Amino acid sequence: MAIAEWRRQLSLGKVSARELTQEKLSRIKDLDQTLHSFLEVTSDRALADADRIDEARAAGQELPPLAGIPFAIKDNLCTRGIKTTCASRMLADFLPPYESTVSQRLWNSGAVLLGKTNLDEFAMGSSTETSAFGSTLNPWNIKKVPGGSSGGSAAAVASGQCMAALGSDTGGSIRQPASFCGVVGLKPTYGRVSRWGLIAFASSLDQVGPFTSSVSDAAEVLQVIAGSDPKDSTCLNIPVPNYSDSLNDSISGLRIGLIKECFDQEGLSKSVKDSVLEAANCLETLGAELTEVSCPRFNDGIATYYVIAPSEASANLARYDGVKYGYRSEASEDLAIMTARSRAEGFGSEVQRRILIGTYALSAGYVDAYYRKAQQVRTLIRRDFEAAFTKVDILLTPTAPTTAFSAGAHADDPLSMYLSDLLTIPANLAGIPAISLPCGFDQTGLPIGLQLIGNVLDEQRLLRVAYQYEKAVNVMGSSPSGEFIP
Amino acid sequence: MNQINASDVRKVAGLARLDLPNDQLEEHAIQLEKILAYVEQLEKVDTTNIPPTTRAVEVVNVLREDVVTSTDIRDKLLALAPEREGDFFKVPKILSD
Repeated sequence: MAIAEWRRQLSLGKVSARELTQEKLSRIKDLDQTLHSFLEVTSDRALADADRIDEARAAGQELPPLAGIPFAIKDNLCTRGIKTTCASRMLADFLPPYESTVSQRLWNSGAVLLGKTNLDEFAMGSSTETSAFGSTLNPWNIKKVPGGSSGGSAAAVASGQCMAALGSDTGGSIRQPASFCGVVGLKPTYGRVSRWGLIAFASSLDQVGPFTSSVSDAAEVLQVIAGSDPKDSTCLNIPVPNYSDSLNDSISGLRIGLIKECFDQEGLSKSVKDSVLEAANCLETLGAELTEVSCPRFNDGIATYYVIAPSEASANLARYDGVKYGYRSEASEDLAIMTARSRAEGFGSEVQRRILIGTYALSAGYVDAYYRKAQQVRTLIRRDFEAAFTKVDILLTPTAPTTAFSAGAHADDPLSMYLSDLLTIPANLAGIPAISLPCGFDQTGLPIGLQLIGNVLDEQRLLRVAYQYEKAVNVMGSSPSGEFIP
Repeated sequence: MNQINASDVRKVAGLARLDLPNDQLEEHAIQLEKILAYVEQLEKVDTTNIPPTTRAVEVVNVLREDVVTSTDIRDKLLALAPEREGDFFKVPKILSD
């Protein structure tokens, strides 16, 4: 059910917020022992929130836009008084004393919190396998990963355990799991959405965004979470347009660019390539003009990212010192030993690896060769996009080179896992908005994701193109059925 | 190409305040060397006179009225401490013997 349809049924009294919340809670109870999308389920609070919505309706009050919508929140977004762990031993018992701006905006809009979702530890990973509390499984095929790092949020939406979810995207952590799980995932422009209360990974790249089962729902959620925030000085003080009103406007004459470098990738699977090109052709029949564009530095995205993101992470994660909050080791000979032991015991190996890469890249003698060089290449990647957007309105690529891979596939080779993010990372480096939406299935019935990339703050047009495609093709209307798919 | 051995990892881990057990240093060295070797493809990119990007989207200074606000979560923050004494975070001794 779409958010708009739910709003209609709620206002007509056909279904209550309590009924919808109970339905989702019972689905969580049935499925999540297997899927493990949630790290914590907040049943009591959810039912109390739902009851308040029903009482407000009974009293004839006007209801806010997301009234009664059951949401799941990635567990790196602070929720006051509710454990926020980042899927790390370091924060296993952390009870935030404050609320993230994005989640506060959801509650102000009437949304109901069902629980907190699993992720790769500190959002570092592409499979949700680095969680300290166990992996999440892909609801389409439980032998496959759901993608990551927001794998719990993606799996929860795909399996109908919630109506929408929030995730965060530093190098593809919303779009890649959306692609692997057959849902819609949107990374807004850097600065469109507040990062206050998002536990920092790489501050110049992190951005919060929605997971939904349709593009129109993504527009509704973005509407609520977007906009300036005095608590985040990088959050843009620019008015938020209406994202839903223009979804139906024609895309006739719109110029869509296929990034050549993305389709030339060695590792791009044939079924993904064919399906994405078919989606491009569909957009052409809707009136869009297709052209090929080149972003020559696109393939340097991963190398650039794996200097910049770990460097920022090594600085951001320096705060976990065993003193103010978080895990403290029993070792207590002196402060330095206590801190170093707490960090060795509290962080998992992938987080440690990223801290080591970042510390190395920022250390004396290497900072120019690695960090500054990567920042310069980042400029070139941005300029490629700027040049492309003088010729086209929207860019089109696959979201990921393959469909969901098997659990453990990259266990012994972190670099091979990093390489799977090559198509999503450049949008983070350039700060531009991008969306992943389902465009088909491979031979084994796993969903394929189409990525559309827009210019800075052009979410309206991005959502419109995605919506028109979704409406024309209705991929999910003819999806293979699955045990965990509603 | 930079070769990374276990003692390099120990040095970097020291800078990062990570007390890694010896049996993990070798594995980290192998992975780190592989990742850095990959990253070194950036050397081939000509970046002469290219300014670095520190943030993707330009931001402007945010001004606000200079008024006192109170968040009053001091006790809540102190309550998160692994160890606390009164109104202080308690830590082991700072200077080694």
